[in-house]
Amino acid sequence: MSTNRRFRRRLAAGLSVAAVTALALSACSSGADPEAAAEEGGELTVWAWDPTIEDVAAAYEEENPAVSVEVVNVGTGNDHYTALQNAVSAGSGGPDLAQVEYQATTQFTLAEALVDLTEFGADELDGTFAPGPWEGVRSGDGVYGLPLDSGPMALFYNQAVFEEHDIAVPETWEDYVQAGRDLQAADPDVYITNDTGDAGLTTSLMWQAGGHPFDVEETTVGVDFTGEGSQKFVEAWQPMLEEELIAPISSWSDEWYQGLGDGTIASLVIGAWMPGNLEGGVPDAAGDWRVAPMPQWGDSGFQTAEQGGSGMSVMADSEQQALAYDFLEYAAVNGGKEVRVDDGVFPATTADLESPEFLEREYEYFGGQQINQVLSESSAAVVEGWDYLPYQVYANTIFNDSVGQAYVGGTSLADGLAEWQDALLAYGEDQGFTLE
Amino acid sequence: MSVTSSQMPAGAAAPATPDPELPVSPRAASTRGRWAGWWFLGPFMLVFVLVFIAPVLYSLYLSLFHTQMVGGTQFVGFDNYIRAFSDGAFWAGLLRVSVFLVIQVPIMLAISLLVALAVDSGRLYGRDFFRISIFMPYAVPAVVASLMWGFMYGTRFGLVGNLNDFFGWNLPDLLTPDFILLSIGNIVTWEFVGYNMLIFYSALRVIPSSLYEAAAIDGAGQWRVVAAIKIPAIRGALVVATIFSIIGSFQLFNEPAILQSLAPNAISSSFTPNLYAYSLSFAGQQQNYSATVAIIMGLVTMVIAYVVQLRGMKQEA
Repeated sequence: MSTNRRFRRRLAAGLSVAAVTALALSACSSGADPEAAAEEGGELTVWAWDPTIEDVAAAYEEENPAVSVEVVNVGTGNDHYTALQNAVSAGSGGPDLAQVEYQATTQFTLAEALVDLTEFGADELDGTFAPGPWEGVRSGDGVYGLPLDSGPMALFYNQAVFEEHDIAVPETWEDYVQAGRDLQAADPDVYITNDTGDAGLTTSLMWQAGGHPFDVEETTVGVDFTGEGSQKFVEAWQPMLEEELIAPISSWSDEWYQGLGDGTIASLVIGAWMPGNLEGGVPDAAGDWRVAPMPQWGDSGFQTAEQGGSGMSVMADSEQQALAYDFLEYAAVNGGKEVRVDDGVFPATTADLESPEFLEREYEYFGGQQINQVLSESSAAVVEGWDYLPYQVYANTIFNDSVGQAYVGGTSLADGLAEWQDALLAYGEDQGFTLE
Repeated sequence: MSVTSSQMPAGAAAPATPDPELPVSPRAASTRGRWAGWWFLGPFMLVFVLVFIAPVLYSLYLSLFHTQMVGGTQFVGFDNYIRAFSDGAFWAGLLRVSVFLVIQVPIMLAISLLVALAVDSGRLYGRDFFRISIFMPYAVPAVVASLMWGFMYGTRFGLVGNLNDFFGWNLPDLLTPDFILLSIGNIVTWEFVGYNMLIFYSALRVIPSSLYEAAAIDGAGQWRVVAAIKIPAIRGALVVATIFSIIGSFQLFNEPAILQSLAPNAISSSFTPNLYAYSLSFAGQQQNYSATVAIIMGLVTMVIAYVVQLRGMKQEA
């Protein structure tokens, strides 16, 4: 806590300077001093699907009795962005703050929907966050959000199921496919994992394999799924689809949570933000799940990728941007972050990622395992240089139109990806981007 | 507005002096009489202009521009329309709702008619209960109905799955691309049979009973009465229900939009023209092209509904 208070003071000093600049630069009606705004009070609306934000809001309300924070879950992922985009287009009805994944920040920044937080001194937070997430909220010289979490990937597996069928935890993707076959042979109701065509998972696995399908340089974009890394994904996933080793259950559906609870879905390769979702969404399986390093593509050293991971941004349409920033700062670096880490969120702050207290924490849900050891190790091994498209959210919504057909036998993954590639390039061109 | 400049003083003064006690010249009274109609129409016209004319005009306006993430907004004339006419995704969606229309609407209306005739026959036990329970699904919001049916269709945890487990059956997965249109048709039929039944039933109720008496004297049986009296008498209601159903089919949106999360690979982002317009606009930020698609769909729907109406009326004559 003492470091936080010191930090607050330092920040406040920076803010008074920033406040003057901000007042000069933009006629911010609500005043640009977040702390003063918090004392004055008001009502904030936050759109987020991360369940821990509720706890942050409660803790913030306790510290700032004049402020009431309403957290609204308008959907997960694409549903959330559709609602958000809708509010941005309409110019009203939107939240003051919104959870925005790193892959979506550029898109909303281009639409001028997010506030540049340097106005409130957010640029001084440089070095507070791990480089990946910090890169994810920045665009040019601007800071368009503060990282809430990061999503280095790992293998979450149901140890009870693996032990019951005497199957070793896979270390490579080859092992993983074989484990899928063995599980199906042992019990046709048990699948190694679920997937009905998930753009986020697909691109992250390509990322881990060293692929670079999206190439973005300002307003020049390139899309190419024929590279080596992308093809490694196709080579592993296509046989799993053909042999029906993957449960045809969509992630985040009710079926999914049931499947994770009753052993139908034996493992997930997913971002480090998953523990909180497992604890909250699958309470029945407490004690069964464990975390292992992500399966590897080859012997080119330990490599991982990020999946998802979110920041939170202040919306340009908000009339209480200073107050919103105060909440955001609380949620990302101060007391609220502590609440979230306690809730099992994987932080984006370097101090936490390296602290022994964090690394040695034992999770009862995971049978007392120190899961942060595995997750931090993954965080350090993320392959560098990955790009998301500046229209990744839209790209993901049309993923199932083309690549998704491979999951219902309509085409092959390779052909589906080629079709997606064409659609993405056509869209990029239509939106005025220069094609590589 | 027909007041000429020479009448201007009287015409302009009349609304400003609404005191009925004052003597009014006949000319002023007639002018006021012409305006009085607008007071009755006013509230409707205001709402009509706000919620119908304005959005249509705005959509027309939008459809003539092209907004890009890089490069901003430009006037492009009819480029969006030209693009729509060569857009395979749009036509595939239109074809899909047309197939849906040709198969689902006759089935639904036939069931509705049958139920309406049964309720009207007077031979049904517990008629009121029957009528209300057939109508009940219409009171369930489409979103809820789709979710409910979506869960039932599930082969893993849904009703279909339970039936398969319990009886050892092997019912197909109704959420696969092969069956999805059928599944949606089932939901829509379930929702609207009661609604159409009520339209037919109320039309049947106004048939004069003297016709039935005459038919009975002539020795006509029930089927003969149905074919010769009831169906011809409710042709107007049949045409109206058909037109409503055509419009509903072309506007198919709620059911596929909800089922999409359960069957992401069976329902594409351009599954129906409305869903296409929605995803273009809200996910793809292509409001201009989305407005174009919406306008073309509106025109197509109007033309087909009009043709059906003309045909229906001609047969009536």
